[in-house]
Amino acid sequence: MLTLRLYLLQRVTAILMAPLVLGHIAVMIYAVQDGLTAAEILGRTQGSLGWMLFYGVFVVAVAIHAAIGLRVIVAETLGLRGAGLNVFAWGAGLLLLALGLRAVWAVTA
Amino acid sequence: MKVRPHRGHPLWYAFMLHRTSGLLLALFLPVHFYVLAMALTGPDALDGFLALTASTPVKLAEWGLVFLLAVHFFGGLRLLALEFLPWSSRQKTFIAAATALAFLVSTTFFLSAA
Repeated sequence: MLTLRLYLLQRVTAILMAPLVLGHIAVMIYAVQDGLTAAEILGRTQGSLGWMLFYGVFVVAVAIHAAIGLRVIVAETLGLRGAGLNVFAWGAGLLLLALGLRAVWAVTA
Repeated sequence: MKVRPHRGHPLWYAFMLHRTSGLLLALFLPVHFYVLAMALTGPDALDGFLALTASTPVKLAEWGLVFLLAVHFFGGLRLLALEFLPWSSRQKTFIAAATALAFLVSTTFFLSAA
């Protein structure tokens, strides 16, 4: 993918995630009161289509955003270029996507 | 030795803070996702893990994670404003504000957890 497109995709996912991050921080501050238990977390999220969509979109956006960010860091810091760089970025993005969607499914399905 | 005068500038520190927080968050995410997926694979293991969050060192680590997220969020907004809005000469003020807001948010979380 063209670097310009990656740059724009990085900004689009950032703007998409801005309200999600605020929501996530608010949920964390609320949820952490009186400690964390699996029952409390799952009681809030399980069977909720709203939370599934909220965190589903969040995971897709963060997988793209983090993969592009890691791609830049690896290119600039380690000097990786070309096909190797693309394989790394796709691998990082797909790993985050798979793990993230599995986590969302685990707590909301 | 290379001369790197730009590295003393507040905007360089803001860039480095954004990059470092982003990298650490990206490394944390697989662990975060793995633990949450325990709800599916081993609910007892998840509860055992969550019980760790009652200890002070873990709460401090959580404060650090929330700070990383908040400083990446506010730093990201600053970056978007720098790139897409008309130029403002108050960049150092925005850096200070982003860092201060991240402290505010993460410390609110910490006090809520305490």
